[in-house]
Amino acid sequence: MSHRIVSKRQLSEDVFTAEVEAPLVAKERKPGQFVIISINNEYSERIPLTIAGADPEKGTICLIWQRVGKTTAEMADLQQGGEIANVTGPLGKPTHIENFGTVVCVGGGIGNAPLLPIAKALKEAGNTIISILGARNKELLILEDEFAKISDELIITTDDGSYGRKALVTEPLKEVCQRDRKPDLVVAIGPAIMMKFCCEVTRQFGIPTQVSLNTIMVDATGMCGGCRIEYDGQPKFVCVDGPEFDGHKVDFDLMMKRLNAYKDQEQQAYEQYKKHKCKIGLDE
Amino acid sequence: MVTDKERQELLQQLLKKQKTGKLKPAERYEIPPQDMPEQDPIERRANVNEVATGYTETHARLEAMRCLQCKKAPCIKGCPVQIRIQDFIAAISDGDFKKALVIIKENSLLPAVCGRVCPQEVQCQQTCTVGLKFKDPTKAVSIGRLERFVADLDQDNESVPAVADETGVKVAVIGSGPGGIVAAADTRRAGHDVTIFEAFHKTGGVLVYGIPEFRLPKAIVQREIDTLTKMGVKIVCNFVVGRTRTIEQLMKEDGFDAVYIGVGAGLPRFMGIEGESLVGVYSANEYLTRANLMKAYDFGSGADTPIARSRKVAVIGGGNVAMDSARTAVRLGAEKVYLVYRRTEKEMPARIEEVHHAKEEGIEFHILQSPKRVIGDENSHVTAIECLKYRLGEPDESGRRRPLPIEGSEFQIEVDTVIIAIGNSANPLIRQTTPGLEFNKWGNIVVDENCKTSLEGVYAGGDIVLGAATVILAMGQGRIAAAAINDYLAKKKQKS
Repeated sequence: MSHRIVSKRQLSEDVFTAEVEAPLVAKERKPGQFVIISINNEYSERIPLTIAGADPEKGTICLIWQRVGKTTAEMADLQQGGEIANVTGPLGKPTHIENFGTVVCVGGGIGNAPLLPIAKALKEAGNTIISILGARNKELLILEDEFAKISDELIITTDDGSYGRKALVTEPLKEVCQRDRKPDLVVAIGPAIMMKFCCEVTRQFGIPTQVSLNTIMVDATGMCGGCRIEYDGQPKFVCVDGPEFDGHKVDFDLMMKRLNAYKDQEQQAYEQYKKHKCKIGLDE
Repeated sequence: MVTDKERQELLQQLLKKQKTGKLKPAERYEIPPQDMPEQDPIERRANVNEVATGYTETHARLEAMRCLQCKKAPCIKGCPVQIRIQDFIAAISDGDFKKALVIIKENSLLPAVCGRVCPQEVQCQQTCTVGLKFKDPTKAVSIGRLERFVADLDQDNESVPAVADETGVKVAVIGSGPGGIVAAADTRRAGHDVTIFEAFHKTGGVLVYGIPEFRLPKAIVQREIDTLTKMGVKIVCNFVVGRTRTIEQLMKEDGFDAVYIGVGAGLPRFMGIEGESLVGVYSANEYLTRANLMKAYDFGSGADTPIARSRKVAVIGGGNVAMDSARTAVRLGAEKVYLVYRRTEKEMPARIEEVHHAKEEGIEFHILQSPKRVIGDENSHVTAIECLKYRLGEPDESGRRRPLPIEGSEFQIEVDTVIIAIGNSANPLIRQTTPGLEFNKWGNIVVDENCKTSLEGVYAGGDIVLGAATVILAMGQGRIAAAAINDYLAKKKQKS
């Protein structure tokens, strides 16, 4: 059974969103969970993507992805009505949602996508939500309106100052942590390096910090350990033990190195794909 | 070297004698054991095609004539599903290959698979009179190769097992490995509405992600799955029971009357040593899944999934999974592949044939050694393993002599890839999401002699019950469970 793309939109230069038919996933999924997709059945790789939202009535899920390599580029080239061969899920443990008090939601780049359903659920559970969204520039900022709707306070930062404050997310995060009324929880989702530095900030203030890890995965059902991290000195599988962890216990340096394990091959695959695409263009 | 012509001539002579009933056991003993034709070791290092290319008709009939047709047929006791071995072999020597296959299929549904991957030397062939006479198990009648020969003739590709009238009763089979395939076929034959739920995007379990193409061509597995589909078994892939739906939901909301759990033992064990999360350290499951299921051996020429471009590889372990990993690494272009095992070759659980093939392909065996830690560079990439030497002590509970580390014997082996193949445990997902289901301390499901679990209508078999075992044992359990499910459903219908 393949999964039809019901609608697709471009959110920024390299970020896309699609509503994809996946009735079983739409019915069961909870915030914090993800799916594994592969575009065709024979040669496509399996990649993890967070479920950014779902419509159980329509039987669709919302996926958001950034074009960073071959598979995400191939997905970006799919059009409405196109099909993805495999969507498996929901996977991973759902986020633990309760009324903590004040929660700071920190999103970096494409991290805003997995953060949104969690922030929504936290808001519904009665938390005060302070959102800090960061992007390299204005063009790359996604889901601002959606966050504005659910946030009691919204802070935007860009690296180049093209929009919001010219800063990294860690700067306003530190300020919020310094306030008289300390936040009760920080949820940080984004590139590994951003999550690492967010954790370093919150550690100084003793504020519990939850991160959602984006390691390399193959099966994502716990049978290979490709996604393993060192957590409090122990190995953990991100696909089944996570993807959310106490950020203060994660060995981010090792995780980042593991993320780079296939850098050359990833580049090779992407180059080949782009070259192939160019040729198709010439033939027409 | 025996030529084909010589082999033919010998066969004709023997056939004449057999017809007149003059072929004596002493003469049967003299027939040379028929080796399996295989790809040249140098050539096959560069491809993923099947190594053993299979018997010709002449090979098969000569080998079949080596069988003494023992009255007590001790071989049958060695077979976990009790195939009528002497009868199917007699049919082969008579040239009636169709009959041979019919006899095998009474007891085994996947002869092309089992003929290839069963450890016959510790099953049917271990008790073969011919092997015992020569005091050499490798001289036993090659029952597995003969089974494979008749299965490969593909004589029944059109025939689909008969299915009883529809009962309207729904059975869920979780997992499409060998046990699930058998359980699905047997419950479907009874007329039930059967659905297989598979977590991966492809069916076959360890037969597709674990055992490599060069040992078990995937087309053979697909053929068996196609038979199931033709019988009317429904297959749902990308369905993770415990996440997509729980067992409780399947039974209470989705209307399934019985469930067979055949999810295997898919959780890789790591050693718990320093450096095990460095870049370049794989579980055998990951390595083989990338290579087999995702076809990483075709990366750059179609396949998207990458795998380490290794020069020097250490595989830790001595089972079939270790052999498969080492031989896969060779085919992916590694210059040196070391197999590091803490006991001696005698204790290796791998099949003799696979050990032999591995050696032929240039894999270096490091026995009585085991890693103490993995060493990496500034990029956290593996550069070496530090090992300890071992000696053998007294036998342990498995009956094998216990390996004991020799203190102060540390030394290093320079490698860029490490593959850990020291075994698998039960995946905890079903345990975490199925209240009331009883497990033992190793996380395996507890069942009675009929494969029934602690939950009404729920049955389990294969590795999730036994711990990592064999394909044929999983099939045997699938069969027992299916019989019990059919029985349970029949009684349930009577009551209502």
